[in-house]
Amino acid sequence: MLTPSHFTAVLLFATCTSVVFGVTQRSTPRSMVRYGLYCWVLFVAAVIAAGWLMWIIRR
Amino acid sequence: MASKAQTPAPPKSQGFLYSALILGWLVPGAGHLLTRHWIRAALLFVAITAMFSLGLAMQAKVYVPNTGDPLEMLGFAGDLGTGLLYFIARIFSLGQSTVQLVTADYGTKFVVVAGLLNFVAAVDAHNLRIGRKV
Repeated sequence: MLTPSHFTAVLLFATCTSVVFGVTQRSTPRSMVRYGLYCWVLFVAAVIAAGWLMWIIRR
Repeated sequence: MASKAQTPAPPKSQGFLYSALILGWLVPGAGHLLTRHWIRAALLFVAITAMFSLGLAMQAKVYVPNTGDPLEMLGFAGDLGTGLLYFIARIFSLGQSTVQLVTADYGTKFVVVAGLLNFVAAVDAHNLRIGRKV
C-alpha cells in the first residue's frame, strides 16, 4: 500500500496532469514542454500558497 | 488580378472517423498511436496509467454504476474515462468499496482525474485524426 505525504501526492498529481495538459493543449514539442512546466509550477505554487493561507487562518 | 480565397482542404481520413476517439478512450494513448504520434502516445499512456495505478496503490475507491448520490454518479463517470483500465480494476476487484484512509481519498481523486484526463487525450486524438489539430 502506498501512503505518500500530502506534498508528495501533490507532486505526483502535478507531474502526471502536466504531462497530459502539455501534450494535448499545444502543437509543437517546444511549446508542449513549456506549457507542461508552466502547469506544473502553477499546481505546486498554488498548493504552497494554499498551505500558507491555511497556516495563517489557523493562527 | 483578383485573388481567389483559399480555404484549406479537409484532410482525407480513411476508415471509421471516430476510431481514434474510441481507441484513445479504451487504451490511454492508443488514439495517438493511430494518428502516428508515437511519442505523444507513449507520454499519455505512461502519465495516465501511472496516475491510475498510483491511485489504486493508495487504496482508492473505484466507483460503480448507481442511481443514488449524484457525487457517486459523477465519480463513476470520471472513473469510466480510463476505459479498459476501469474494467480491469472492476474484474480483478483492485479498488476499495469505501475510503478508510486519508491517502485513499487522494487515491480516489487520482483515479477520477486519470479518467478525465483520458477523455481529454481521446478528444485530442480525434482532433488529430480529423485534421483540426496538427
